[in-house]
Amino acid sequence: MSADEKKYLFDNPRNVRRVVRGLLIACVVLVGLDLVLHRHVAHPWEGVFGFYAFYGFVACVLLVLLAKEMRKVVMRDEDYYQRNDGQDGAGDRAGQEEDGHA
Amino acid sequence: MLDAWPALPLFLGALLAAVTRGQLRATVMIAAPLLGAYGVFQLEPGTTTQFELLGYALTPVRVDSLSILFGYLFHLAALIGVVYALHVKDPLQDVAALAYAGSAVGAVFAGDLLTLFVYWELLAVTSAILVFARRTELALSAGMRYLVIQVGSGVLLLAGAILYAVNTGSLAFDHIGLDAPGGWLIFLAFGIKSAFPMLHGWLTDAYPEATPTGTVFLSAFTTKVAIYSLARGFAGTELLVYIGALMTCFPIFYAVIENDLRRVLAYSLINQLGFMVVGIGIGTELALNGAVAHAFNDVIFKGLLMMSMGAVLHVTGEMRGSELGGLYKKMPRTTILCMVGAASISAFPLFSGFVSKSMVVSAAIQEGHPIVWLMLLFASAGVFHHAGIKIPFFAFFAHESKHVANAHEPPTNMLIAMTMAAVLCIGVGSFPGLLYGLLPYDTGYSPYDVSHVLAQLQLLAFSALAFTWLKLAHIYPPELKSVNLDAEWLYRRVLPEAVRRLLAKLAPFDRALRQLGKSMVQRALLGLARHHGEYGVLAQTWPTGSMVTWVAALLGLSLLLYYL
Repeated sequence: MSADEKKYLFDNPRNVRRVVRGLLIACVVLVGLDLVLHRHVAHPWEGVFGFYAFYGFVACVLLVLLAKEMRKVVMRDEDYYQRNDGQDGAGDRAGQEEDGHA
Repeated sequence: MLDAWPALPLFLGALLAAVTRGQLRATVMIAAPLLGAYGVFQLEPGTTTQFELLGYALTPVRVDSLSILFGYLFHLAALIGVVYALHVKDPLQDVAALAYAGSAVGAVFAGDLLTLFVYWELLAVTSAILVFARRTELALSAGMRYLVIQVGSGVLLLAGAILYAVNTGSLAFDHIGLDAPGGWLIFLAFGIKSAFPMLHGWLTDAYPEATPTGTVFLSAFTTKVAIYSLARGFAGTELLVYIGALMTCFPIFYAVIENDLRRVLAYSLINQLGFMVVGIGIGTELALNGAVAHAFNDVIFKGLLMMSMGAVLHVTGEMRGSELGGLYKKMPRTTILCMVGAASISAFPLFSGFVSKSMVVSAAIQEGHPIVWLMLLFASAGVFHHAGIKIPFFAFFAHESKHVANAHEPPTNMLIAMTMAAVLCIGVGSFPGLLYGLLPYDTGYSPYDVSHVLAQLQLLAFSALAFTWLKLAHIYPPELKSVNLDAEWLYRRVLPEAVRRLLAKLAPFDRALRQLGKSMVQRALLGLARHHGEYGVLAQTWPTGSMVTWVAALLGLSLLLYYL
C-alpha cells in the first residue's frame, strides 16, 4: 500500500487541525451573532442566549453517552442470528454464508 | 389513455423490460418514468375515473394536488433509480423495480380502498423481489420476513376496508379517522408500512440486505406511499404527533451504534418519517405541507445517501463502518455527492431538508406542543450526528482501511444518478418556491429568515462540535462488528425460542404419556401371551379324563346338596 506516494488532503495532520479550528471559530461566531441579531421567539426558552447552541451540544453528547450504555444491553456478536437460525433447524446457514458481494 | 391510468407507462415498461435485452432494455427503462411523468403533467386536478363493482363505486384514478405531487415524486425517484442501476445486467431486478414504482404511482392515484389494497399488495411483492435479488441466504430469509409482514399489512387494510364499506356503504378513500368502523385496522396497516415504533422491524431488517441498487428503490416508495395514505386518511389525528415524535428519537440511538452503514440509513429513514408523521398528526395546513414536502425531499436525499453507500458497496463489497474508511482518496466525487446528501438530510440552510423540516418544527411549536418540539430539535441534532457526520466520516474518512488500495469511482451511470439527486437537493433547498408551488396548500411560508437560519446553524455547528470533542477525547463509541437487538428480535429470536422452550417443557409429559400408552399395549400383549400363548392356561388342550372327573365332582356335589 505504501507504494502509492501521493499525499492526500488529510494525510497531513495540520489540515485536520485546520478543520477543527475552523469549526471552533464558526461556533464562536454563531453564538456571538446571538448578541447582535434578534431571533423571533415562539417559545420562551428560545429567547435564552445561545439556547440552540447549548441544546445541540448537550443533545449530541447525551445521545452518544446513552447509546454507548445501550450497547451493553442490545449488542450481540455479528453472527448472532445466523447461529440461532441454524439451531432452529431452518437449514444449515452458518457453513455456507456468502459475503454478499455485488 | 395516460390519464385513465397514470401507472400504465411504468407497468408497460416492466413488461417490456422482461422481454428486451441490452441497449434496448436500457432505453425502455429510462423512457418509462419519463413518459409516466409526462402523463402526470397532463392530468387535470379534479378528474376521476369511476365504475361500479357489486354495488360499490370504485375509483381507480382520482387526481388532486396531493396525488399529483406524489405522482411526480415517484416518477422522479424511478428515473434516478433506473439511471443508477443501468450497469446491472439483471432483468429480474429491472422488471421488479419498474413494477414496484408503478405500484407506488397506482397507490397514490387510488380513489378507493379496494384499489389501494391491490396496489398495497403489489408493492409488497415487487419490493420483496428486490431483496431476494441479492441472492444470499441472509437476503432470502430477511426477504421472507419482510414479505410476510408487508402482506400482513395488506390483510389488515383489506379487513379494515371491508368493515368500513359494510358500515358506511362506501369504499371511498378520503379522510377516515380512528372512529370510523375499521378505522383502527386501516390505521395499523398504514402504521406498519410507515414503520411505527415496534412495527418497524421489517425496514431495518430487510432494506440493508437488498441489492445495492434495490435499496435505492426500496427507500423511495413503500414508506412514502404509507405517509401519503396517512396524510389522506388520518390528517389531524393527535395520536400521530406522539407516535411521530417517538419515531424521530428512538432510531437515532440505534443509528449511533449500528455498524452496517446502510442500516444506519434505514434507522435514519424512520427518523425522517417521524417528522412527516408529526406533521400529519398536527394536521394544520403548514404542518401538512411540511409533511408532504419532507416526504418529497427525503426521497431525494435519502436516495442520494443510499446511492453513495451503494456505490461504496459496489466498489468494495463491504458495508460495515468498522471495515471502511479513507475512501475519499480514491472516490472523491462519491464523497462530495454523499456530503451533499448528508447536508440535505441534516437540514443545512440552502439544502433541501431545511426548507421542509422547518415547516414541521415551526408547526409543532405554533400549535402548542413544546415537548414534541424539544424532541424534534433533539432529533434534528441527532440526524446531523449519525447521518450527516457518521455516514461520510466512517465510509470516506476515519482511518485508512484495506479497501482504499483497490477502490475507484463507481460506474459513470451511478455518478450521473447521484449528481441528479444532488442537483435537486441544492435546487430545492436554494429555490424552495419550486417545491412549494406543488404543495397542497398555499401558506405563504418562507424558511429563510434570520431566526430560522441562525437557530439551525447554531444547532448544527454545536452538534458537530460535540462529535469532534467526543471523537478527539476517545469517548465516541468505536464501530464494532456486531448486531444490535431491535424489534425484529421478538420474531427472529424470542418467538422461535419460546416455541422451542415450550416444546422442551412439554416434551417430558409427552414422553411420559407415550410411554404409558406403549407400556399398556405391552402389558396387554404380555397378558394375552400368558393366557393364550403356547403354554397359556387358555391355550391348553384339555384331556377328556379330567373333564369326566370334574363332571363327576359337580354331580356328586349337587347330589350332596340335594340330600342336605
